[in-house]
Amino acid sequence: MDVAVCVKHVPDTEAAIRIRADGHGIDENGLPFVMNYYDEHGVEEALRIKERLGGTVTLLTAGPVRAALALRSGLAMGADAAVHIEDPALEGADHLGVAKALAAAIGAQRYDLILCGKLATDDNAAIVGPALAEFLGFPQATAVTKLELGDGTATVHREVEGAIEVLRVALPAVITVERSINEPRYPSLPGIMKAKRTPVTTKTLGDLGLAPGEVGIAAARVEVLDLSPPPQRRAGRILQGEPAEMVKDLVRLLHEEAKVL
Amino acid sequence: MEFELSEEHRLVQRTVREWATARLLPLAAEMDRSSRYPPELIRELGDLGLMGVFIPEAYGGGGMDTISYCIVMEEIARAEAAISAVLSVNNSLVCYPILAFGDDRQKRQYLPDLARGRKIGCYCLTEPTAGSDAGSLAATARDAGDHWVLNGTKIFVTNGVEANVLIVYARTETDPGSRGISALIAEKGDPGLSVGKVEHKLGIRASSTCEIVLDECRIPKDRLLGQRGRGFSIALSTLDGGRIGIASQALGIARAAMEDATAYAKERRQFGRPIAAFQGTQWKIADMATRIQAGRLLAYRAAWLRDQGRRHTREASMAKLFASETAMWAATQAVQIFGGYGYIQEYPVERHFRDAKITEIYEGTSEVQRMVIARQILGAS
Repeated sequence: MDVAVCVKHVPDTEAAIRIRADGHGIDENGLPFVMNYYDEHGVEEALRIKERLGGTVTLLTAGPVRAALALRSGLAMGADAAVHIEDPALEGADHLGVAKALAAAIGAQRYDLILCGKLATDDNAAIVGPALAEFLGFPQATAVTKLELGDGTATVHREVEGAIEVLRVALPAVITVERSINEPRYPSLPGIMKAKRTPVTTKTLGDLGLAPGEVGIAAARVEVLDLSPPPQRRAGRILQGEPAEMVKDLVRLLHEEAKVL
Repeated sequence: MEFELSEEHRLVQRTVREWATARLLPLAAEMDRSSRYPPELIRELGDLGLMGVFIPEAYGGGGMDTISYCIVMEEIARAEAAISAVLSVNNSLVCYPILAFGDDRQKRQYLPDLARGRKIGCYCLTEPTAGSDAGSLAATARDAGDHWVLNGTKIFVTNGVEANVLIVYARTETDPGSRGISALIAEKGDPGLSVGKVEHKLGIRASSTCEIVLDECRIPKDRLLGQRGRGFSIALSTLDGGRIGIASQALGIARAAMEDATAYAKERRQFGRPIAAFQGTQWKIADMATRIQAGRLLAYRAAWLRDQGRRHTREASMAKLFASETAMWAATQAVQIFGGYGYIQEYPVERHFRDAKITEIYEGTSEVQRMVIARQILGAS
């Protein structure tokens, strides 16, 4: 079973984000980046499949030079190979552009299964996985919490309102995973050393038979107009007085101001 | 000059930080209280490659450099200091001398299990009357033809209770002083080897510290480590690397103290504002951060020299001296910032305070480090 996993290099969710002066992006200077947490679950699932059934795990990313680090940490977890689609034209690409580039890199190979994280923690869009399936003409299942492989098929569980939905998809398919699907392993030191020795294959859009205009800013259907920081959280309030009075005040505030009752 | 960690170093840092934060930090207070650690942690550390950081991959180790070892020690100690003591002994004081001085058979026999956390090592140098003056040790190894017979009592042996592999320093020659000492490998279960008194310690309480008693202990002839009579130079060269690790351990404890004090200072309000708004608190935090950074640069430089195969005795001692005194100082400041809450067990800083103290004592006291540094500058007298 040969599995491809798409990963994205995103700002560490614990880091403070500063918005760029032009308002169209974030200031990356000094910002720590990591592999998107959802994608780590995708890598883990692929590694477990490989441990059970044999085969290979290949990582793919489309992004700037720094994104190679996301590939490196996936290789350190135990993946076999990595492909980095790196092209100046990707700078202006929207989600569809990225999905098209990934589809071009995947389509030429014969993978049995494509795994993605459910979404990326930087923009929460959850578009690339489904779009990738469309470009490849593969069936898809999203936000999967359990994955079982059968003969040419995958049976997946999805958490839907009040129930668990069980679907069967024909392989090859694109499956995006939820964080509850598994507990990703930590890369080991020997894994990190092995990753250092594993070459990352770099491909430009041209290598994939794509013109910059098909993927880059000219093809983008979504334009970022503005970014603004979330409103500052207001300081908490401490109620004072007799307990009976405070309870009354609290109920009133929860009802009128917080509007949670 | 390069002041940037490499891609691999950053990956090591992130991995170990995440593991230690998830697995050690939540257990730290209970491990301190009960004076024990869950044994399965050792296997996890072994699987991650942390029990033999610089042991080559061919022997099942991490295959990394001394800078990586510094990163590992700092991140583990930041979460829980006793486990970093377990790691320090296994890596620096047991794996290292076997790798550097062992013969091929010894390396193949011991390193894979030690590096993978399937076995634990300990280092038996100190005796009741031979502490800083280790060259005066009295334990003996008698040549009895096809085997050695060991006699003596070793004390303050970290990991001694759990250890399967013991590096024992004993006198094989009649020469007085350090010249008659050899290094030998004993194993748990060797006849005549037993665990004596188990100590109750001020800090790093979850790691074991005990007496190892050798009473007509017979070990095969091929357990001699390195050349006969060269044991003391093996011990000293081992300690050079060990001290770099202790420096990083001390910095991890100092960082824990600083991080806890910083979080508390922003939260704790007195006189209508967070105590972090007072200059008295700010200066303490600023000095902690500055000393930690200075200590880290000393440790990384000593590690770099070691990785270049260059002499680093003086630099290792400087790093260990400065970092351990920084840990004690930073922990004292952290307790002060917490005030009364710093003096009770509900908050972690009293533990950092107790854990920090050992770094000024073991693998050479601060006084011994100053002696080593002065001797390097003034020449032997």
